[in-house]
Amino acid sequence: MTSSDTAHSSRGRGGQRPPHGSERASDPTTLLRARDLKVTIADHPVIHGISFDIAPGEILALTGESGSGKSMTALAVMGLLPDRANATGSLTIGDGENLLALPEKKLCTLRGREMGMIFQEPMTALNPVQTIGRQVSETIRIHTAVPAREAEIRAAEMLARVGLPPDRFPLSRYPHELSGGQRQRVGIAMAIALRPRLLIADEPTTALDVTTQAQILDLLKSLVAEEGMSLLMITHDLAVVSDMADRIAVMNKGEIVEEAPAAQLFREMRHPYTRTLFEASQHRADLPPEQPRTEPLLKVEGARRAYALPRTRPFTARPTFEALKGVDLTLHRGERLGLVGESGCGKSTLTRAILGLEPLQGGTITAFGQQVSPDMPAATRAGLQVVFQDPYGSFNPRHRVRRLIAEPLHLLSDPPQGRARDEAVAEALTAVGLSPDDADRHIHAFSGGQRQRIAIARALILRPEVILFDEAVSALDVRVRAQILDLIADLSRDYGLAWLFISHDLTVVRSITDRVLVMQEGRIVEEGPTAQILDAPTHAYTRKLVAAAPRLPEIGKIST
Amino acid sequence: MLAYLTRRLTSLILSLAVASLEIFLVVEVAPGDPARFMLGINARPDTVAALRAELGLDVPRVERYLAWVGGMLTGDFGTSYTYRAPVTEMIADRLWVSLPLALYALALSTVLAFPAGLLAAAKRGRAGDYGVMAGTQLGIAIPNFWFAMLLVLLFAINLGWFSAGGFPGWENPALAIKSLTLPAVALALPQAAILARVLRSALIEITGEDFMRTARAKGLTRGQALWRHGLRNALIPVLTILGLQFSFLLAGAIIIEQVFFLPGLGRLIFQSISQRDLIVVESVVMLLVFAVIMVNFLTDLAYAIVDPRLRRRA
Repeated sequence: MTSSDTAHSSRGRGGQRPPHGSERASDPTTLLRARDLKVTIADHPVIHGISFDIAPGEILALTGESGSGKSMTALAVMGLLPDRANATGSLTIGDGENLLALPEKKLCTLRGREMGMIFQEPMTALNPVQTIGRQVSETIRIHTAVPAREAEIRAAEMLARVGLPPDRFPLSRYPHELSGGQRQRVGIAMAIALRPRLLIADEPTTALDVTTQAQILDLLKSLVAEEGMSLLMITHDLAVVSDMADRIAVMNKGEIVEEAPAAQLFREMRHPYTRTLFEASQHRADLPPEQPRTEPLLKVEGARRAYALPRTRPFTARPTFEALKGVDLTLHRGERLGLVGESGCGKSTLTRAILGLEPLQGGTITAFGQQVSPDMPAATRAGLQVVFQDPYGSFNPRHRVRRLIAEPLHLLSDPPQGRARDEAVAEALTAVGLSPDDADRHIHAFSGGQRQRIAIARALILRPEVILFDEAVSALDVRVRAQILDLIADLSRDYGLAWLFISHDLTVVRSITDRVLVMQEGRIVEEGPTAQILDAPTHAYTRKLVAAAPRLPEIGKIST
Repeated sequence: MLAYLTRRLTSLILSLAVASLEIFLVVEVAPGDPARFMLGINARPDTVAALRAELGLDVPRVERYLAWVGGMLTGDFGTSYTYRAPVTEMIADRLWVSLPLALYALALSTVLAFPAGLLAAAKRGRAGDYGVMAGTQLGIAIPNFWFAMLLVLLFAINLGWFSAGGFPGWENPALAIKSLTLPAVALALPQAAILARVLRSALIEITGEDFMRTARAKGLTRGQALWRHGLRNALIPVLTILGLQFSFLLAGAIIIEQVFFLPGLGRLIFQSISQRDLIVVESVVMLLVFAVIMVNFLTDLAYAIVDPRLRRRA
């Protein structure tokens, strides 16, 4: 495949060698070679000279927190850096020329043929107005002179290869007719249509459910094994790559701080940053002991919610989709309750119903003895607050933090004014570990973790008895996530707060709840003490969820 | 797709019904009695009453409305109060000028706007983009009648390539098209400028989409990605603007019609309003509403053709 390249006999990386072969003999088999790669964006350095190799058929995982430069590294290899970015150093594939020195025209002939890339968001990574057949065959048609018909046949083969056989997924399908996992398979088919030697996957499973994630990871592994591709896998989630990657490189602030074969990295963790990351990923919040259950604060009984779908043909009854098929749930005073399930299971509908944002078609929801409905009195609403997932999208960017946090106060019959209002804001900010001075700033001045603190402050200002956390830590980096989980645990200790914590992440749910409900297709299929459910699930669906969840190697082996 | 079509069609018919009722009521309550206006202020009351009876103004409103709608459905728009001529013929004559002019201007505007918008988006932040942006800014800022006068000065008076105004009729199609050319250009320039800007910004927004990055990762050049994946996705806002422009061009050409002495719909409606020729006003307005609603219907269909996701929803 590659001709010999003996010029680079020394790796110069202090004995951190790939597990494949030995010294010189392994060099001709280096597929991707990065040397002193530097990237600046608008003259601001984001990657400070990193070097790494990937051997043919090897999986290298590049991991780190957001902003560490891992995605920029991937884009530099593809030559798809943003316009204002500038890359120096050397990047070679096989015995090819330095990619960074190649003109754009030449790069276009390499992309898709020599190196393919899969992106994070399957929902937006495909062109919505083109069929999947056309999008997959396009990769073939722009690089080779094969006739359209033959390109289509090969596209169908590729789709079958990634698990979308043409009898069930004809080429004429549009992306919106597929699920997230299926779309990601189409993305993979496009990237590997010409069997490139290097495949780059940038957070390929981050947007997917755990069971789908497991399937996509399996597919990637089998592609590497069977097609002999090399894989550069970018992920923030150490657990995802722990049993998949041959080697792991940990990036922090534009540098590779540690690189080693996967098993060795988890065993040794030479760099303190690696250890910090590792510990943060399985952080257990210090939850105060569970109190005996007293009166129920929130009661959902037989909740049913059906949505009318568009008519399939004129003048027929509209079909309905039942998002909630009779859900029962009780949250007691001070209780920490979790709700897990995959996307589309009805978690969000249930959240919205509990907040009184959705009418029910059956069953009742009561909070503090009052009926919950879209037209419930403000006082009832004030007792139920929520923290959403996206710390970037859930604030009005034009308002100052003071106004954002004070917003729920209008639910009170006699809202505090002037000094009293400012004091309430200051108190809420202090409670979430921010400074009262932050009240005068705008939301764009805050990081993701700080924004999530502000969201919690907004929920806290009414001193509610119940807060709903809807995937509230899912968008955060592991270290920030650990801090926010600690903060939430403190709220239980300081205010006796009860919560319903909705998440797809079993590790997080284990850390922050006493009792957990497992939801599937609009029904609660299993419920019980969190540890018991996650360690010894009885329902088949829970077992599937638990089995699919990526796990880090045992932390017990690491000295602290 | 069938459900989508049915839904659009139902909404089209309902809109027309509501619009006809509104137009009738608004024109009815407008001050001014056509009979009195036609006879002058010194007319005797019995003369006025006689004329009212002759014009059919003395029957109850409900009957008049039904007669009007029924007439329109059978192609009979009534008789003009002022000219005592069938309204259908009057409108048809004018439509033979206004409709070709609107289509001509729309075609010109599209032909000018697409290359300009694509060029500006592809060369974003470079000379080509600045050129297009400056040109379109000028196109939007300068009123179309000013363009019209400049065009007349240059091409009719100085160069003598076109006539300065008037319409010879369609007996000689080449001559008719020639006489519509300068007005069409004057109408098209501002519209093209708007359309080019809309296309540019739609394309630039699309360029930031994830699927454009995916396209580039397959090995498409910037231009290829823009052409193959960007353009069709950018068409939705462009179609919206095109639909609005057609409606505007059909009736809004009144100033251009004046500059070029064209017997178009705009002038007809202007004259009818000043002469209280209510039956003509009602009919022309109704016709324009019909055109707008039809264009919206066609735009909706075009959306569904461009974007497969819309075929399901309604």
